[in-house]
Amino acid sequence: MDIIKQGIGKIFTNPDADAARAFFRTKSRKMENKLMSPKEAVEKFCHDGDYLTIGGFGANRIPTAVCHELVRQGRKNMGFAGHTSTHDFQILCAGKVFDKLDIAYIIGLEARGLSPNARKYMQSGEVEVCEWTNYTLSARLKAAAMGVSFLPIRNMMGTDTFTYSGAKMIECPYTGVKYAAVPALYPDVAAIHVHEADVYGNCRIRGISISDLDLARAAKRLIITAERIIRNEDIRQEPTYTVIPYYLVDAVCEVPYGSYPGNMYAEYFSDEDHLREWLKVEKDPAAFKEFLDKNIYGCTSHFDYLRVNGGMEKMWELRHQELMVLRNAK
Amino acid sequence: MADYNAMELMICVAARELEDGVSVGVGTGAPCAAAMLAQKTNSPNLLIMFEAGGVAPLLPEMPISVGDSRTTWKAVMASGMCDIMETACRGMLDYTFLGGAEIDMYGNLNSTRIGDDHQKPKVRFPGSGGANDFASFAWRMMVMTPQDNKRFVERCSYITTPGWLEGGNSRQQSGLPLEAGPYRIITNMAVMDFEPESKRMRIISINPGYSESDVQENCGFELLVADKVSGTKAPTEEELRILREEVDPYRYVIGR
Repeated sequence: MDIIKQGIGKIFTNPDADAARAFFRTKSRKMENKLMSPKEAVEKFCHDGDYLTIGGFGANRIPTAVCHELVRQGRKNMGFAGHTSTHDFQILCAGKVFDKLDIAYIIGLEARGLSPNARKYMQSGEVEVCEWTNYTLSARLKAAAMGVSFLPIRNMMGTDTFTYSGAKMIECPYTGVKYAAVPALYPDVAAIHVHEADVYGNCRIRGISISDLDLARAAKRLIITAERIIRNEDIRQEPTYTVIPYYLVDAVCEVPYGSYPGNMYAEYFSDEDHLREWLKVEKDPAAFKEFLDKNIYGCTSHFDYLRVNGGMEKMWELRHQELMVLRNAK
Repeated sequence: MADYNAMELMICVAARELEDGVSVGVGTGAPCAAAMLAQKTNSPNLLIMFEAGGVAPLLPEMPISVGDSRTTWKAVMASGMCDIMETACRGMLDYTFLGGAEIDMYGNLNSTRIGDDHQKPKVRFPGSGGANDFASFAWRMMVMTPQDNKRFVERCSYITTPGWLEGGNSRQQSGLPLEAGPYRIITNMAVMDFEPESKRMRIISINPGYSESDVQENCGFELLVADKVSGTKAPTEEELRILREEVDPYRYVIGR
């Protein structure tokens, strides 16, 4: 196939579908108890240099405990998909966990503003970058989930986003129309926070799924953090609700309020005060260090982190906010 | 005449562009305010979509993220990113609102960087997010932005998101879906469209309190001027009441 034009960006992962098949051939199909702590899961499944992808949408349904563990355990030189990433990106920048980055959306926390520390890291020259878009990274994960090495898409063309990406322009063999071919993205490891899972890793998600269903299938290793562990009997009674099956999953961690300070659909709203404080302290290196000591390095678990930020009482407030309990009350 | 600020005016003008029954892909902030205002005024059947998966919510308040729970409040579906973008790519997304640090005469946008060294930029911005996707797929892309000659530049130093690219038929030849592209640029001073042949930005309406030379002086390139330039209709009392009381009571957007 003729390549009409191509981007100059580096592709950090191998898109080869047969190499992926060879790996997935060896992945366990056993229904076994995978319960462990986020600490154990990160020790076991996240290595320096691995390519990492985080599920959810920045500060919505994110596996905060895994992000904190990566920083606490001092993971370095990882590749990362800056895909719908906001607060997760901010946490990983605090530990300089990655130095290779596929970019769709970084640095910002949407309407809350930009992270000064993340911006500083991205302007330091320490991170090797390749540009994409939210959809193209989703499509790259989708290609991997399909078990193919690329997908054709109809955007990016004509822009510098294409020039600085790893996409290649090709012609449709049926219509002659130009497409950008984007390479499959098979992350070494992914972490996704879900509403409910059984101990084997059968998962239920409520609300939007973003790109997580493809991500779960594309990743070679998958860590699940769940608000609640439910019984396998419950899963089997209503299989309609299962969106991630156990054979994709390597670790299951029960982490109540696991997306905190992010939002969790139908459970609790984001802690905007805490996120605002985070953005503020980043401007002052000494205050930021103290803040990280308090919230990450000085904590041994997500329970600790919740405790130093208001504990159950705070969670109760955020639950009321999420459900807008008082909005329609007479 | 009602008293209003520039942001309120831009939101009201943008809301009026959304005809009843069309679909719109929005982000947080002003675009969302415009969509909510439209839904409560001229476009009760407006189909609002969020890139993370929210479809047709009845927004109770402004979302703080395009993926937060408000984006699916009383929605018809909680979907995902591929579904939303593929719906747009199939041709079912009529409008989108975008913005950037730079916009050029063909409506291209830069939200990636300032400075030439891509690996070590002078200033790094968030990047495309879903902007390049929405701008490529939505039939009509609109921009709401304050206007000055640093933001309105002859050529974007980096094109994150496609407008009419290099003008003329360049977008048509690029491989992007046909006939989709920038439609309206709504600023604090004027409303612009794009001249059909050259695809250059063109003044079609001037906001109350500004003159054609104000608009030109606050733009880093020469604007075309439509044969008939009208005066932008100021926000009505009713629009302002809904915007202030129902859409943005905490003044997150209109207080800026």
